[in-house]
Amino acid sequence: MQEAISFTPHVAASGIAQILWLIPAVPILASGVIALLKQPKRRTAATLAIGSLGFSLLVASTAFAHVLSGWSHGAAVRETVNFTWFQFGSTNVDLGWVLDPLSAVMLVMVTFVGLLIFIYSTGYMAHDENFTRFFCFLSLFAGAMLGVVIANSLLLLFMCWELVGLTSYLLIGFWYFKPSAAAAAKKAFLTTRVGDVFFLLGIVWLFAQTGTLLFYNGGTGSMEATALGGLLAQHACWGLTAAGAIGLLIFAGAAGKSGQFPLHVWLPDAMEGPTPVSALIHAATMVAAGVYLIARVYPLMSAGAQLHGAILGTTTALTVVTWVGAFTAVFASLIAVAQNDIKRILAYSTVAQLGYMMAGLGMGGVAVGMFHLITHAFFKALLFMGAGSVIHGVHEEQDVRKMGALRATMPVTFATYAVGTLALCGVPIFFSGFWSKDAILESAHGWTVSQVPYYLLVFGAVLTAFYMTRQVSYVFFGEWRGHGHAHESPKVMTTPLAILAFFAVALGAIGTPAWPWFRSFLNGVPAESDLHAFAEPAWLMLLATSCVIVIVGIGLGWLLYGNKPTSAEEPDVLERAVPPVWKALSNRLYMDELYGATVIAFYGWWAKVADWLDRRVWGGVVSAVALLTRLGAELNRFLDANVVNGAFDKGCEELSTGGGLLSQMQNGRVQSYLRILALAIVALVAILIWSRA
Amino acid sequence: MSPLAGYLLVAALLFAIGLAGALTRRNAILVLIGIELMLNAANLNLIAFWRYGPHPEALTGMMFAIFSIAVAAAEAAVGLGLVISIHRHAHTTDLDAMNRMKG
Repeated sequence: MQEAISFTPHVAASGIAQILWLIPAVPILASGVIALLKQPKRRTAATLAIGSLGFSLLVASTAFAHVLSGWSHGAAVRETVNFTWFQFGSTNVDLGWVLDPLSAVMLVMVTFVGLLIFIYSTGYMAHDENFTRFFCFLSLFAGAMLGVVIANSLLLLFMCWELVGLTSYLLIGFWYFKPSAAAAAKKAFLTTRVGDVFFLLGIVWLFAQTGTLLFYNGGTGSMEATALGGLLAQHACWGLTAAGAIGLLIFAGAAGKSGQFPLHVWLPDAMEGPTPVSALIHAATMVAAGVYLIARVYPLMSAGAQLHGAILGTTTALTVVTWVGAFTAVFASLIAVAQNDIKRILAYSTVAQLGYMMAGLGMGGVAVGMFHLITHAFFKALLFMGAGSVIHGVHEEQDVRKMGALRATMPVTFATYAVGTLALCGVPIFFSGFWSKDAILESAHGWTVSQVPYYLLVFGAVLTAFYMTRQVSYVFFGEWRGHGHAHESPKVMTTPLAILAFFAVALGAIGTPAWPWFRSFLNGVPAESDLHAFAEPAWLMLLATSCVIVIVGIGLGWLLYGNKPTSAEEPDVLERAVPPVWKALSNRLYMDELYGATVIAFYGWWAKVADWLDRRVWGGVVSAVALLTRLGAELNRFLDANVVNGAFDKGCEELSTGGGLLSQMQNGRVQSYLRILALAIVALVAILIWSRA
Repeated sequence: MSPLAGYLLVAALLFAIGLAGALTRRNAILVLIGIELMLNAANLNLIAFWRYGPHPEALTGMMFAIFSIAVAAAEAAVGLGLVISIHRHAHTTDLDAMNRMKG
């Protein structure tokens, strides 16, 4: 029985938490309005989109300030507003939203980075004829993503999650007239669907076990102690508890969205979309939604973990998350080394960094993974927008071999891109990427299960520094190898770059070991500054390791590529050194071919089997039934034509003859009527006379 | 033969002549004349039965005959009016042509 939405908050929430729903609602509304606009109304569309997201940023900042002030008064803020969506029988399906440090941080990040990218898009898409459609989709995406962030219900999160997937599909295929873009959109949609099916299974299972999909609901939510205790007591299979099994299913969904191995194949292809889309959706926000999801359900993932002193032990689910993340980090970094498309390199780098985040979540907890998510969002958005600026400047060329020496012609882009690169490489002390990656490596070093992820992540970091140096050398150094003249991008594009570059440096300050503000904020404990943390041998060792990583990676890259490539046709240095390895890497380690040979081939075969079944078996049955029906019909027809029709026709004929005979008597001649009258009277008289006698 | 039987025979003869005229003539006026003959045969019967009936002193039979003649006069006037109207309309008084009202 569906009832009208009854708006009854279960927990007393502050005013700002009450109106938190405006943050996603306003951009979605704006997208609806833009959808109704005519195509030439570019300025209106852009103003609406940017204005609505600016409003969301305002509300998000207020909410963040509210959480911050609550925290500084020593209270961990977690306010929820829940309401019943509908009921069936005695079961309630509840939705709601939550304001806590995790959602507050994400809200500010998404709205802020999103706003910058919106502004940048007005420059990048200035000459596109579908400008209004672009901003319609972009607004819808922003609203859906913000919905994912504030959701306090797995169901609401899933709805927004799917909406985000839809807008991703729409935006990857934005230039649908390019066959490659259309194919990439389909690939992205279908691949993430694979993860989402598991995710949905996890949701259903969780609902069946706990009877609620709310995360927090004053003690009865699914992420709270009572429900988790019940889940831990349930045994699923292969020694997993129900909590672990549900956690793994949810992780499958997150892996699909966040491009984790083996579901990463869609993300590099997603670069077919416009570059602002790559920056916003496929680098900064949407792909981070998977990481955010794991952070959101972290109580479930870590349920049952033992405390080893100060270090949290691990669970099966978290171990899987860690291994997948670490493997993905190295795997994608390796592929990135041998790519030539400027956006593809960044795409594989994104996959790798998402692996870092997952590994960080698995080994270090919410704060470690989320810190890298936030810093990465800024510097990766910066890199993508820088790449967009480069592509714009060199007339839609994406092959790094056909660029070069752009540091002179595009100085602002070069400076900001360099900052982003150094942040991504994790250059110590000055760049945010160092602090967040450092935290992940630190927790990997202290992981109780195995040291292998640590070495994998270190190797991945070396590769990251290497391929980014290679890319920068190709694009900004050496000699100009392209056609025409490169030019710097307009102010509307470079200003967001500068702002993001500032944050790519500054954000590191909130997560240093000496003042772990971010971690304390997320965990709801007071932040303490302790400069002695910098003097600890373990941290100094890590600093030294990072230095070695960066020096080896950048040094090797510079040695091989710095000023070296002189013409676009010249084969890569590595290609000459180790051709088979290069070939495998540049073919993306044959993952697409592997899928083509297994999953897609299986589907092809299965489709053929189904086709054969359809044609021969079901088709035969249907034909037989059809034949029988036809036989029956023929019989019917024969009966109709010869028996029923004959009898009926005969009856009709007789009736009409009788009618004809009768009608002859009514010939309209008065005298003939009179004659009959007279005869009748004579007959009557005759009968009367004879009967008397 | 009683006088009554003679009257009745004459009346029957008159009726038969009138009927034959009404049935055989094509001209509507002649048919009307035939009908008048049959009416007068009936009037003759009325008078005859009254005169030789059980109460000849009462004037019932005469009254009947007078009413009948009055009605016949009215009927003849209506009938002739109809015939004239038909003649104006169809330029004929042939009854066989008057079959428009056939169903």
